[in-house]
Amino acid sequence: MGNLQEGLDMISIASDRPTVRIAAPGADRAGHAGTAGSTDGPGGPPAVVELDRVSVFYGDHEAVRETSMPIRQRRVTALIGPSGCGKSTILRTMNRMNDLIPSARVTGRVSYHGQDLYAPEVDPIEVRRRIGMVFQKPNPFPKSIYDNVAYGPRVTGMKVGNMDDHVEQALRGAALWDEVKGKLRSNGLALSGGQQQRLCIARTIAVRPEVILMDEPCSALDPIATGRIEELMHELAQHYTIVIVTHNMQQAARVSHYTAFFTAEVDAAGVRHGKLVELNDTGKLFTDPDDKRTEDYITGRFG
Amino acid sequence: MTAPPAVLAAPAPSDPGAALTRRRVRVGETLFRLALLSCLVVAFAFLVWIVAFAIYRGWDRLDARLWENMPTGRVSRIEGAGVQSAITGTLWVIGTTALICLPIGILAAIYLEEYANNERWYNRLLELNIQNLAGVPSIIFGILGLGVIARAMGLGFTVLTASLILALLVLPIVIIATREAIRAVPQSIRQASYALGATRWQTISRQVLPIAVPGIATGSILALSRAIGEAAPLIMLGAVTYITFNPNGLDSAYTVLPVQIFSLVIEAQAGFQRLGAAAIVLLLGLLLLMNSLAIVVRNRFQKRW
Repeated sequence: MGNLQEGLDMISIASDRPTVRIAAPGADRAGHAGTAGSTDGPGGPPAVVELDRVSVFYGDHEAVRETSMPIRQRRVTALIGPSGCGKSTILRTMNRMNDLIPSARVTGRVSYHGQDLYAPEVDPIEVRRRIGMVFQKPNPFPKSIYDNVAYGPRVTGMKVGNMDDHVEQALRGAALWDEVKGKLRSNGLALSGGQQQRLCIARTIAVRPEVILMDEPCSALDPIATGRIEELMHELAQHYTIVIVTHNMQQAARVSHYTAFFTAEVDAAGVRHGKLVELNDTGKLFTDPDDKRTEDYITGRFG
Repeated sequence: MTAPPAVLAAPAPSDPGAALTRRRVRVGETLFRLALLSCLVVAFAFLVWIVAFAIYRGWDRLDARLWENMPTGRVSRIEGAGVQSAITGTLWVIGTTALICLPIGILAAIYLEEYANNERWYNRLLELNIQNLAGVPSIIFGILGLGVIARAMGLGFTVLTASLILALLVLPIVIIATREAIRAVPQSIRQASYALGATRWQTISRQVLPIAVPGIATGSILALSRAIGEAAPLIMLGAVTYITFNPNGLDSAYTVLPVQIFSLVIEAQAGFQRLGAAAIVLLLGLLLLMNSLAIVVRNRFQKRW
């Protein structure tokens, strides 16, 4: 537990400097690496979600091949890699969002606390109540800020006591309350991009999920809004398990405890398949990666 | 492979600024623009001509007699006649048509857009048929109504028969318009809803439909204004008679404005024709009103993303 506390302290230090810049990844940045994590010993906290030889197909095309990795409790796991390497696809297997694409098919085992998420008796609706998602482009509903946040608890029939309090709590949790408390009835689309994304985070935590999946949540935001979201992620990691897909390696280094590097391999027939190359403590992955391909990618020799 | 020269040297004009001022008249450009404009003028001019002609011919009959009085078959009474039964008949038929075709059309569109897996052959077949149905001549629908609804089902020449046939006739339009409106709802909204643990029906009823309502309303109004102007199928269905009473139920005999106009303008006497012209103005006014309503609804509730 001592380790965890220490880790959290380091997080809050980092979070005071949301726009902290990390030099281009390379050998010279050992001292900066992994501000968030790398304090876990071998093993680390228990896995909430576990992927075991997971492959995802779109029609006949195997988009991601045989990926196995744990997602550890109350930690931020970052998925990085070049475009088309299957990071987002893997993310979407974790709350069955791939179900919405008719041609998508998942093989292998994705488990949540030991339960196979793709077992026939599993209700994907229940899965998504526990494993929420924040998308690349902020996508608030064209409704009031209040209704955006209250939507999840309402549709899931959550017992929240006083909805006003619940909405306030969620907005505070997403560090948005002070900016919107006077205009809860105005349209969510009237907010700025960064505020919209925090509204989407508030909306997600309002259903109290255990895991939050974030699919490039900052790619449509400016650096200041990005800094706010990153800061928020540190705070959320105290209560939630977070998986974030990002194109930005500095961001992965800033916010995550673990980083998984994916790459796209071209097979003999010229077809691209995504593949997990390395999962490691973030500090280790960015300073002393186990795999040559990871090193090439983070030092900019590839990708 | 030789590399191209890094810089293509531009000829140095003596006065670079002056080269910009030689404005030319581009003949092709102007001709094409005129051709486009004249196409528009042709379409618009005919509409204006028809409306002006109808107003001119029906001018002295454009008064309260038109909607206060019933039609007549007698020349001696034509000056006191109106088209009240056709107006009420139109309202009855269109109202019933709306009640039948809007729920069916909208629900069918929701199925096709949100539930149907269009990789399945039967869903694709359904889709193809709806598109084909939109192209079937309306007189064919009239024959269907005569054979199946009026005779085999025994509903006779009634408001209900006419409404069922008009509903079938405009159903493809409602479905296609509703599908467009539903398809215009961004996928990200659906994903956000699903990601919060909403079911498919919750997502559709609380997110997709409210956003799609303006588009659905616009399409529905336009479909109904198509139905309101239809005469051909109803000619087969007993509307071509001088009805001198207002319909009082779904099983009532009826006539509608387009058919009444047809009956009036084929008479030889000028009195009938003037009344017909006045009824044309009334029908056009009604159509214009509905189409403007559609535009207002569309502009008023349009969502911008």
